[in-house]
Amino acid sequence: MATPVNNELLTRPDNTSGRVISSSKLPDEVKGTKRVRRSHRQIRTENVFRRTLIIVGLTMVVLVLGILITLIVQSTPSIKSLGAAYLWGKTWDPVRDIYGALPFLVGTILTSFLALAISIPFSFAVAIFLGEYYPKGWFPDLLKNTVELIAAVPSVIYGFWGLAVLVPIVRSFESSIGVSSIGYGIFSSSLILAVMIIPYAASLGRSMIQMVPSNLKEGAYALGATRWEVIRSVILPYTKSGLFAGVLLSLGRALGETMAVTMVIGNTSFMPKNIFSTGNTMASVIANELPEADKTVYNSALIELGLVLFLVTVVINMIGKRVISRFTN
Amino acid sequence: MKILKSIALSGLAFAITGSMFLASCGGSGNGSKADSSANNDNNSIMGAGSSFDNPLFSKMFSEYDKANGVKVNYQSIGSGGGIKGLTDKTVDFGASDAPLTDDQAKAMSGPAIHIPVTAGAVVLSYNVPEIKDTLMLTPDVLAKIFLGDIKKWNDPAIQAINKGAKLPATDIVVAHRADASGTSNIFTTYLTKVSKDWETKVGKGSSVSWPAGIGGKGNEGVAGTIKQTPGAIGYIELAYAIQNNMAYAKVQNKAGKFITPSIASVTAAADIEIPADGKVSLTNTDAPEGYPISGLSWVLIYQEQKYNNRAADKATKMVKLIQWMIHDGQQYSGALNYAPLSAKAVAVGDALLKTATYDGKPILQ
Repeated sequence: MATPVNNELLTRPDNTSGRVISSSKLPDEVKGTKRVRRSHRQIRTENVFRRTLIIVGLTMVVLVLGILITLIVQSTPSIKSLGAAYLWGKTWDPVRDIYGALPFLVGTILTSFLALAISIPFSFAVAIFLGEYYPKGWFPDLLKNTVELIAAVPSVIYGFWGLAVLVPIVRSFESSIGVSSIGYGIFSSSLILAVMIIPYAASLGRSMIQMVPSNLKEGAYALGATRWEVIRSVILPYTKSGLFAGVLLSLGRALGETMAVTMVIGNTSFMPKNIFSTGNTMASVIANELPEADKTVYNSALIELGLVLFLVTVVINMIGKRVISRFTN
Repeated sequence: MKILKSIALSGLAFAITGSMFLASCGGSGNGSKADSSANNDNNSIMGAGSSFDNPLFSKMFSEYDKANGVKVNYQSIGSGGGIKGLTDKTVDFGASDAPLTDDQAKAMSGPAIHIPVTAGAVVLSYNVPEIKDTLMLTPDVLAKIFLGDIKKWNDPAIQAINKGAKLPATDIVVAHRADASGTSNIFTTYLTKVSKDWETKVGKGSSVSWPAGIGGKGNEGVAGTIKQTPGAIGYIELAYAIQNNMAYAKVQNKAGKFITPSIASVTAAADIEIPADGKVSLTNTDAPEGYPISGLSWVLIYQEQKYNNRAADKATKMVKLIQWMIHDGQQYSGALNYAPLSAKAVAVGDALLKTATYDGKPILQ
């Protein structure tokens, strides 16, 4: 597989940078018996490029580690004074210096997973539609661009739309089924989040589905499979790890979303009783309260929320990676 | 794959801004690394704090710049942020809707003075279409509503105050600020004064543990909740309520009168004896015509202005600016729905400014 690619690369006519390789020497090179002579400039470019890659890669690692260390250092006062009770405490009272993160932890996880459950049917449907049924044409193009636009719209716009349109609709829906009819709460936030995270799973899923080798699909069709059967028994099994990776990306987005959620969730620091009650998420508590948190423990308790959110994301990603490798083996 | 790339890029951007943000937090936490280089230009004064003051300050500072050529860079980051900035000496003055707490004062390197600069009020806006006349509230009922003890609009306690009104049986939906704010601070300070229950269960602060209701982000978030939700009641700034034509309740003051919040009734509430240090709460004052949920806003500066190699010229210019704000600057209050300072408050402010020193010598002669 690799040889023809190499051939093409080495003999490309547009390489005018003083290459010494001629096509007659190629067979030796392929066998690996003769060293290829390269000019100094080539070697230098090669080294510079490699170093740049390493530096960029290291920077990313250092950045993430740096954020983690900063979070740990800044939350030390609260870890020291509140201990592990912070994680299961149900009261958040800045006036009396009582900080319990459980309602926010539950709120974050509840909204994110509910949003994921709502969004998956849509994102998979869009992925299959664009990847397999109609990859080309004006409507698929429109759909593809629209879905990508969803990812580009700032979250404050979703929050505003949620406040003005979604909350009243949810309120009348809630009063028609006889639960508390405020409109704000976990359910509204999950709906908003679901819309916001559709493009991540959909776009990744679409490119995965398009990469399914056509000989596999043609084989299935030749055996008399219908389109649905091809999707079910060829495409989905072939792409499941990619589809799951897309879902994981969506989940990450949902966990960290702040602005849109804080505008519709109701921002109450009690344990949510059901999916229609109001609540709060870790990200929105940080955004709301950090600017005025003047007491050391308060400030540090808020940063510890950030640390918990960071760790939750890491744990969910690790579980996700496990599931993906399970799937692929 | 395009989307992957863009996700990776945005991730990178997030990581960078995130780490910068945290790094800056770390810097301000230490407090020792004051940035004096930014303050070297003597014709440019840095301030930060209360977002409540911001519209008035913007107007004042642009007028002052036109007349005197002194530029003021004011960052509306919230009272707590302004106090932090002054403590770390990254700004020349702070502005706050609440006086310094003992802990905050202790954290500063020297004594700070509070100069009253303007006054505002917190009003109770509601969405009950059945109430044709203005809703009236007593302190006791108000506290019970926000504690969640009174749950329905047709509760006998509310009916007893609003005799003529036909109150509906709808649930009361309390709306409060979700973000930490000076508005919440004034409102909870008032409730703490008038209700023992509130004092023991909740207390006062810029963010508290609300026993009832839902939180909205900013004045606009609370106002949006009130406008949309039938049966809602919430607190917002007077200026915001006037600008957006929202209905607001009359509140019974200490003298027993039901007062409509307005610029005049706030100025009336502030017309009391102001202590020499300027630190006074305007909530529940004795003024017979005063609206009870009013509050002062202060400019905070260090009493000793020689620190961080600041030039005497700069300190003088800043003190003169503040002097102008409490005198000539007050003319811009009315148009922006702020209450002008009472004569007593201005006198106290003047006396306080005279105590500001540079290297031990008074700045104003």
